[in-house]
Amino acid sequence: MKFDKPAGPNPTDRMRILGKPFDRVDGAIKVAGQAPYSYEYHDIAPNAAYGVMVGAGIGKGRIATMDTRDAERAPGVLLVLTHRNAPKMFGQQKKQNTTSQESSEGSEEAKGAHAAPQLQGRDIKQHDEAVAFVVAETFEQATAAAHLVRIGYSAGKGRFSLTEGARNAKPNPEAEDAHVGDFDGAFAAAAVKVDVTYTTPNQSQAMMEPHATLAMWSGDQLTLHTSHQITHWSTEGVADTLGIPHDKVRCVCAYIGGGFGSKLEVYGDAVLSAVAAQKLGRPVKCALTRPQIFNHTTHRPPTIQRLQLAAGRDGRLLAMGHTTWTGDQEGARGELATEQSRLMYGGANRKLETYIATLDLPKGGSMRAPGEAAGLFALEGAMDELAEALDMDPVELRIVNDVQQDPTTQDKVRPFSDRKLVECMRQGAAKFGWDRRNRRPGQMRDGSLLIGHGMAGGIRNNMVKASGTRVTLQSGGRVLVETAMTDIGTGSYTINAQTAAEMLGVPLDRVSIKLGDSLFPKAAGSGGSWGGNSSTAGTYAACMALRTAIAARMGMPADAEFVDGQIRAGGRSIPLASAAANGPVVAEDTITYGDLEKTYAQASFAAHFCEVAVSAVTGEVRVRRMTSAFSAGRILNAKTARSQCLGGMTMGIGAALMEALQVDERFGYFANHDLAEYHVPVHADIPDLDVIFVDSLDTKSSPMKARGVGELGICGVGAAVSSAVANATGVRVRDFPITLDKLLPHLPKVA
Amino acid sequence: MRAVTYERATSAQGAAQASVGHKGAKFIGGGTNLLDLAKLEIETPSHLVDVTRVPGLDRIAPTPDGGLRIGATVRNAELAADPRVRRDYAVLSRALLSGASAQLRNKATTAGNLLQRTRCLYFYDTTKPCNKRVPGSGCSAIGGLNRTLAIVGVSDDCIAHHPSDMAVAMRVLDAGVETVMPDGATRTIPIADFHTLPGKTPWIETTLKPGEFITAVTLPKPVGGRQSYTKVRDRASYAFALVSVAAITGPGLQRFAFGSIAHKPWRVEDAERLKGADAIADRVLTGARSTDQNRFKIALVHRTLDATMRGETA
Repeated sequence: MKFDKPAGPNPTDRMRILGKPFDRVDGAIKVAGQAPYSYEYHDIAPNAAYGVMVGAGIGKGRIATMDTRDAERAPGVLLVLTHRNAPKMFGQQKKQNTTSQESSEGSEEAKGAHAAPQLQGRDIKQHDEAVAFVVAETFEQATAAAHLVRIGYSAGKGRFSLTEGARNAKPNPEAEDAHVGDFDGAFAAAAVKVDVTYTTPNQSQAMMEPHATLAMWSGDQLTLHTSHQITHWSTEGVADTLGIPHDKVRCVCAYIGGGFGSKLEVYGDAVLSAVAAQKLGRPVKCALTRPQIFNHTTHRPPTIQRLQLAAGRDGRLLAMGHTTWTGDQEGARGELATEQSRLMYGGANRKLETYIATLDLPKGGSMRAPGEAAGLFALEGAMDELAEALDMDPVELRIVNDVQQDPTTQDKVRPFSDRKLVECMRQGAAKFGWDRRNRRPGQMRDGSLLIGHGMAGGIRNNMVKASGTRVTLQSGGRVLVETAMTDIGTGSYTINAQTAAEMLGVPLDRVSIKLGDSLFPKAAGSGGSWGGNSSTAGTYAACMALRTAIAARMGMPADAEFVDGQIRAGGRSIPLASAAANGPVVAEDTITYGDLEKTYAQASFAAHFCEVAVSAVTGEVRVRRMTSAFSAGRILNAKTARSQCLGGMTMGIGAALMEALQVDERFGYFANHDLAEYHVPVHADIPDLDVIFVDSLDTKSSPMKARGVGELGICGVGAAVSSAVANATGVRVRDFPITLDKLLPHLPKVA
Repeated sequence: MRAVTYERATSAQGAAQASVGHKGAKFIGGGTNLLDLAKLEIETPSHLVDVTRVPGLDRIAPTPDGGLRIGATVRNAELAADPRVRRDYAVLSRALLSGASAQLRNKATTAGNLLQRTRCLYFYDTTKPCNKRVPGSGCSAIGGLNRTLAIVGVSDDCIAHHPSDMAVAMRVLDAGVETVMPDGATRTIPIADFHTLPGKTPWIETTLKPGEFITAVTLPKPVGGRQSYTKVRDRASYAFALVSVAAITGPGLQRFAFGSIAHKPWRVEDAERLKGADAIADRVLTGARSTDQNRFKIALVHRTLDATMRGETA
């Protein structure tokens, strides 16, 4: 099914099952420990050998010496892979017409775009890249032997500082810069302006489940149980790395313990388990260790962001400048922090510029709301500063600058598909009690605590991807849904089952659903918040095809209604189950898209309102309450969508107050590589969070009329917290995270 | 983690003997620190002497002079909840409850807590130099990342901090550490003399002798007063202190011990005769050697002490 015109009325509008706050259909087995994660397929591979990766101990340089003899002689050891005995592997090929391939999303990507070669020589490109892979009979033996691989390095001089790198940064080819009107002239002439620089650190996705793989060969056919957000990316990535056809690799990923973008790439666990399993002729499995996760896998790259905002006395933006610097390895994109500034607010004169420095730190990648999560801290922080400079309420400033069409695209009018930022602001403000806020900083106390209120807007660009599903009406009337879509903890199982139940008019408990197997129809996967909307749109398409097939089989008209387990048309009503009396009915379809994404600006919106308490003694900041309002098109399940928002808000509070990878610029790595030292919020940091969904439907996004919600929750949270801290203390911290040492020098002397 | 041999001690002296009978032996209590370190091969014991089943070590009992004797394997959770501790040594209960998580407190033991090791990032990274882990290899924290590390009592070889909360309370309570040697000799080490400064031997962290086994920690007769433990940290729970202050104050009574600013729980008795938080803090921090990253701890000690003395924090 091609979705190329705005959706009209369709069966999803009934909302008998869609939208309802159903418990997760996979919830019971998850809490009972019966949902197997990639490392846990003990039953199908009882003879699996255990692989342990050895990571490089330097950030850049060369392996000078390597002695594997002790490791090879250690008890239980079956194999030690190093650059000396690893097979040749293949990386990404240069983008050329002759080698490019049509990706499932319809865009061209280079061959090997997801490849991840390991152990290809003595050169070290990043800390904790694989330098050896030790396989033994038991996990303990492999771990012990891994410590016996003796490696001498000659460390090279690496580039590990963004501050230094920014001086020679180049325009970022991955970013879309913009110059509209006369920014410099308008900024210079404006009555009120702010010109401030914000910085964000490297951050780690720090998901619960480590990256893990079980690799098994049968002849030339490789099966991987591997923790990855998009099954065909892992399939293509591993196949291209090993130089074998894509159809020789099957990836299964039924359950994932969080990804947040980290599991969009293939890493050493998958590639080296596959290689070792082939060499040994038996299954091999490997889970990255927690310290390896922080340096071997991707992270959110750092940013430096200069915001120049100028407004008239009425608050209307006259000039908006957002210049950002980021750093990443050669060819990687860094953090694209100007994204939201294209669409968020008006202003006739605009300058968006993005620079990137080459760094030798671990490779950056996607982390929940790549771009916006960091960019909104700066943009919305600066908007709060502008409101202060104007002596204007920050909500009113945003409302004054609302737009209903893309303010940056010049060559054509590009309206928003469904923009309810102002409604988010108003509803959030009312529920929070924003009108009782004291605009003057440092005025509210509760004992030794300084109390402050802050707010910020949020936006997350909406993306859609092709996605396929197969739906079967089984004998007895049960419905089976199969798609390669993954569920990374978001609720994909549940909303796809709800979609099928709604479309076919059966109760939710009549639907069985299977996800995360590359043998199932190729699906959008989980990334960029496109998964929920796109995969259910694929299920919608398959269900429409199934309805047509069933109607034809039963001699019913094509527009028959599927409801209450019946097929109804023209006064006739027959049980749905009877259609499968002579065997199952199967339909498969893939949703694809026209250009509605281009003709309309599609984005989800948020407004966050936050109360913080700052200890006047120590500078410790704790969030006391937060109300956030979201507009994300149709909400497919009120409970799982709310959980996504709660998770995003929690992660946003963490980003604001504690999350930062600490770079050791001598060794070129992130030194706080465990969960004791890399802080994410614990329960005591998170108060009751209040989530509001603003009614909305997006007929331009998909037949589901939904948009992405998974990343929206984090977008803007950090700025709401930082603005609340500024309101509490009068101190504006523009450097994430807002730890007490940054506040302490500015707090009044005690007593 | 390397393969280890394992035995269960059945008596305190037996534990001490077992530990000298094997090269590379370590006592294991709750294992909340040792096992983590062993998995990373920061600790590489070859023999574990499990002391958690030694009869009597899990008891809290009154002493003849009106104090309390806390057995070495009394769990942190039990100790924090003991009504006598809550009534007479509230600073200890509060310090314990501010540490770790409920799960860890259920496992962690009294003696083990005294012996927990630094959280310096480089101590945890076997690919980097660390004089505490590999004597003579160098200190990566000096000139590296050291925001959480020590500001007093540091040396050119090590600026690691002692992360315990419990030990800080023990220090302010003038606890004693009871031990037994393999030959059966016993002694009580005043807590002030128990932990050492890094000096040129940062791998030595206590005055325990080889084979010497902690049997109990004793608390003297209650001194009363208002007792508080203030822990300043980067998140609300499950984080090590940036600075902590254990305080006992009352008429004619003021005692302060500080956590996470030195290689040991830090107390300067001389300072307790002075008046005013700034004067006391200045004396406590005499000779402080901070870095750009951890200089804030100096102000934090002043401010937290001041608030503590005014009764503003608990």
